[in-house]
Amino acid sequence: MSEAKTKQQGAVQTTGHAWDGDIQEFNNPLPRWWLWGFYASVVFAVLYWVVYPAWPIGKGYTTGLFNNITYTVNGEERSRHWNTRSLLIKDMQEGDEALKTKEYMQKVAAADYQQILADPDMMAFVRSVTKGLFGDNCAACHGSGGAGVMGLFPNLADDDWLWGGSVEDIQATLTHGRVGYMPGFARTFNDEQLDDVASFVLSLSGHDVPADKVARGKQLFTGEGGGCYYCHTAAGTGLKSQGSANLTDNIWTIADVQGQTEIAGKVDAVKNVIRNGVNRVMPTWQGRLDENQIKLLSVYVHELGGGQ
Amino acid sequence: MKFKHESIEINAGLLIALTMVVISIGGLVEIVPLYYINDTVEQVDGVRPYTPLELRGRDIYQREGCYLCHSQMIRPFRDEMLRYGHYSLAAESQYDHPFQWGSKRTGPDLARVGKKYSNEWHVAHLTDPRAVVPESIMPGYPWLMEPLQYADVADRMRALKFTGVPYSETQQEYDANVAKFGQDAADKLNILRAERHLVQQAQAGNYDGDRSRLTEMDALVAYLQMLGTMVDFSKYDEGYFAEFR
Repeated sequence: MSEAKTKQQGAVQTTGHAWDGDIQEFNNPLPRWWLWGFYASVVFAVLYWVVYPAWPIGKGYTTGLFNNITYTVNGEERSRHWNTRSLLIKDMQEGDEALKTKEYMQKVAAADYQQILADPDMMAFVRSVTKGLFGDNCAACHGSGGAGVMGLFPNLADDDWLWGGSVEDIQATLTHGRVGYMPGFARTFNDEQLDDVASFVLSLSGHDVPADKVARGKQLFTGEGGGCYYCHTAAGTGLKSQGSANLTDNIWTIADVQGQTEIAGKVDAVKNVIRNGVNRVMPTWQGRLDENQIKLLSVYVHELGGGQ
Repeated sequence: MKFKHESIEINAGLLIALTMVVISIGGLVEIVPLYYINDTVEQVDGVRPYTPLELRGRDIYQREGCYLCHSQMIRPFRDEMLRYGHYSLAAESQYDHPFQWGSKRTGPDLARVGKKYSNEWHVAHLTDPRAVVPESIMPGYPWLMEPLQYADVADRMRALKFTGVPYSETQQEYDANVAKFGQDAADKLNILRAERHLVQQAQAGNYDGDRSRLTEMDALVAYLQMLGTMVDFSKYDEGYFAEFR
């Protein structure tokens, strides 16, 4: 049988081996398309060696010909053989995206906040660029939608502001950072007094708490015993300059009052904050972000919460 | 003796040996020259070996398999530069054994995560990622709050020293480090005082928010807060690092 087959394909050579006496292997030529592909890739490789950095020679390497990248650094033109770092510099300076962004950036830099907020075109730019900036720099704490984390990081998506919600205030917060500090009253108040003050605080936002507690709590809040009014004011409306919360609006960022259904739980939540104090830090972004980026973010954050 | 292909084909040992030679050629011609080409590692100030605490943090980073989802390699592309910062330099991983470049980004790149978030954020995030990032799919690592084992830190440094990382044991090595990295850094690279400096750094940095305990969290956060912060890029102009390629 094998003999018959060999005769049929007699034109094809065998490799010359023979196993078990008669098992042989055909030596078929490579398909022509494959062979041409192979030759073409050889030619391509040689051209590549000439044009791009390729062969190591001693402590250096062949840098490639006819393929320099020219870009500007500090007003001085530089030329360097092909490499990805130079390509990046060029792309960041002259790429389509870079030029488009630059054009809008200049426009935004020259405009004041009122102009930016009034111009739909500039606002569209602010939203598209700043979404990334916010996601990368702010969202880790404040959440990608700006909703914050109860007790830790303030909500930027509502219209309640501790440090002021005008674009200028937000810019100041971003530029210089903020330290949200309230001392703990664990040593000043005993548990009963904590209860009274917490009740008074909750009464400010219309919660139903025992009147006698509220009366005693008010004494501590507005008197020298607690001194709460230094920062929160006697009316409990808070001070922008201190970043102290408005206690009358039933918006809570540290004590999770909304998360509690029973009044006892709400009192406990407020008590805990009074007992332990607050120590929150918003870092400064000066130096990490440039002036224009802070400007864009100020507008974006202002938009998020429907600022003041 | 005339060479016959048949002698390779019928000798499995020879076939294996020669196959290995052939397939290693591709790797060798690409990797070996990098050891002696001048420009491979950039001339840059500030890169130093890890302090004992950071080193323990890096060990925990590896133990927990962080590298499986997080790369530490910012490539020179526009989108990466905008998101993560300056592209990574070879010089920045010169004391990493093994390097943590990674090849998979399920989570974000961490090459420049240092100083980006607060210590409190890292602690909250590592303990329960969804407490601060609701959409995160990262698992929590609450057991990092357990005490840090660091009795063997000097041995770990010796092992790295063996691979060429300049931790110091003799006065001579210490002096060389002072000249190279400055007094402060050189003190921390001293193997003989490793444990003391580890405790000191954890105390001073208060990475896990509790000075009374020395936890694995302290070490890991110390490591993360250092990543990508050693080189002061404002000292170099935009084109400087392109000169090394």
